[in-house]
Amino acid sequence: MGIVVSGLCHSYGKGTMARQVLQDVDLRIDPGEVVLLTGPSGCGKTTLLTLVGALRQVQQGSVRVLGQELAGAGRASRQRLRRRIGMIFQGHNLLRCLSAEQNVQMGADLLPGLSYRARRDLARQWLRAVGLGDHLGKLPHDLSGGQKQRVAIARALAAEPQLLLADEPTAALDSRSGRDVVELLRSLAREQGCAVLMVTHDPRILDVADRLLRMEDGRLSESVPEAVG
Amino acid sequence: MAWRIWQGRRIPLAWLMLTRQPVRLAVALAGIAFAGILMFMQLGFRDGLFDASVTVHRQFDADLVLMSPRTMSSIGMASFPRRRLVQAMADPAVRGITPVNWGLLLWRNPDSRINRSILTIGFEPGDPLFLDPALAAQAEGLTMKGRVLFDERSRAEFGPIAERFRAGEVVETEVAGTRVRVAGLLNLGPSFGADGNMITSRDTFLELSPGTPPGSIELGLIRLLPDADPETVAQRLQRQLPPDVTVFTKAGFEEFEKTYWRTSTAIGFIFTLGAAMGFVVGCVIVYQILSSDVSDHLPEYATLMAMGYPLPSLLRVVGREGLLLAVLGYLPAYAAGLGLYALVRSGTNLPVFMNLDRALVVLVMILVMCLASSALAMRRLADADPAEIF
Ligand SMILES: Nc1ncnc2c1ncn2[C@@H]1O[C@H](COP(=O)(O)OP(=O)(O)OP(=O)(O)O)[C@@H](O)[C@H]1O
Ligand SMILES: [Mg+2]
Repeated sequence: MGIVVSGLCHSYGKGTMARQVLQDVDLRIDPGEVVLLTGPSGCGKTTLLTLVGALRQVQQGSVRVLGQELAGAGRASRQRLRRRIGMIFQGHNLLRCLSAEQNVQMGADLLPGLSYRARRDLARQWLRAVGLGDHLGKLPHDLSGGQKQRVAIARALAAEPQLLLADEPTAALDSRSGRDVVELLRSLAREQGCAVLMVTHDPRILDVADRLLRMEDGRLSESVPEAVG
Repeated sequence: MAWRIWQGRRIPLAWLMLTRQPVRLAVALAGIAFAGILMFMQLGFRDGLFDASVTVHRQFDADLVLMSPRTMSSIGMASFPRRRLVQAMADPAVRGITPVNWGLLLWRNPDSRINRSILTIGFEPGDPLFLDPALAAQAEGLTMKGRVLFDERSRAEFGPIAERFRAGEVVETEVAGTRVRVAGLLNLGPSFGADGNMITSRDTFLELSPGTPPGSIELGLIRLLPDADPETVAQRLQRQLPPDVTVFTKAGFEEFEKTYWRTSTAIGFIFTLGAAMGFVVGCVIVYQILSSDVSDHLPEYATLMAMGYPLPSLLRVVGREGLLLAVLGYLPAYAAGLGLYALVRSGTNLPVFMNLDRALVVLVMILVMCLASSALAMRRLADADPAEIF
């Protein structure tokens, strides 16, 4: 399980306009591991994340996520796999018309065989776990940036994913709440035995990682491990 | 089963998306209600006008009606020999007959002295004519020559006849140049071909309309025994009688008149076109609203797709938005329709009522309008690419 990527190449555009963004990327993340990915802007980090997250068709190479090969996988099977992957975006991407609790329940609703009440209770439980037990009924509009991002984390985790992908989750936050959010993310993922792949530019949060990866011009290299989990 | 469905229910995303944008929702509902009201009015007028063409026809106490084959409508009734009606008496299923004269005569408004065409019906005052017993009670007053019963729902242009009569005055005027006196009031209502109605005895009718030979009538009413089937008897009589009369059932008689107005005038076309306009306007409004709603929520739909929601489940959200708009927009349209019909009835005496058929037709039109628009708006969802939201 986890992620196994080998020989992954990806380019945007066609023919002479084609621009290769990922070059022969190999990557392995085990279940429960927290891996941070850094690198200069435009080097292909987001592209890698969308490929691993089954959001984009694999062009060349092999991507095995949670035991499923994504090279050649169709739209429907990618969509089914995405239910098992939690995603946290740079913006919070909450549904504006739903309250915090309802947003999180949109995540819990993906779980099969649970009654409405069970899914709602799950949503409340996750909101309490991210420290928002008092803000259940608030609309995203009425929450601060850090609170919104925590709702997004609760939503991602409520679907009980085995893999969590996060793209600069702290970009819109000040350094303090950014740090809080990342630590929360790590501890909750640990509890769930959920692997985490997080892209970040933020040097202050690098120490939460089990492993640090660095990307440069579409090539991946292992960084010096700093923190040991 | 029901419990399972209840347990499996989801967050009502479509409802929340609509209601959390109250201004947009109000605009959408106003548009749909407007389209619905337009359809109610146009279809109501159309049906009301056609129904109004038989306000008098409907009153006749008859199972079968004889008419001349040359008669095309109530505004140009041709006559046929009264003997034919007497011949019909020979049929064992026939219980009774009433010969009727029918024509448009000129009524002079006693105040303005302007002549207007009035539908005049002549019958033997002892015969049954209308289903409404109010006529029989006043028929005796017609045995004297020159007496008429005036329809108080005739248009005001005929003069303040009913008011004066009620006030106890002697109301006299001229019809086709001959002096007549109002002997009573009736409650019928104007129709397509006639702005007003009056009833008189056959003798008076013949005097007012000297061109009519005494042995001629325009309508022959036939009443059957209770166990007789009108269709069968009508066919039998048609075979037995000479071809200078046509035999109608009462329903066929009404339909014949309505068909004349439907086919020989542009009324049906005009009002149906009006209703279609309402439909098109509604479509445009609902489509605009729904497609801009989808565009506004595109990142959110893409997020849901990234979370693993299948595309069809998101299409259903848009479909449900359309359905909700249809239902929410129909209710005010229906209420406004009821109110406007009441206004039309009091303003024009047209028999425009909310009936189930029309209520359903408009509901179906609004549903089609909203669902078609949401189907078109769904195409925008194809632009939601979950790969682009990181
Ligand atoms: N959909 C696309 N079509 C064409 N080119 C794209 C597309 N998405 C990204 N690119 C290009 O591919 C390169 C890598 O983009 P990517 O978003 O993966 O970089 P990144 O490492 O995430 O950068 P950043 O740190 O700025 O988010 C960039 O040069 C970008 O312009
Ligand atoms: Mg990026």
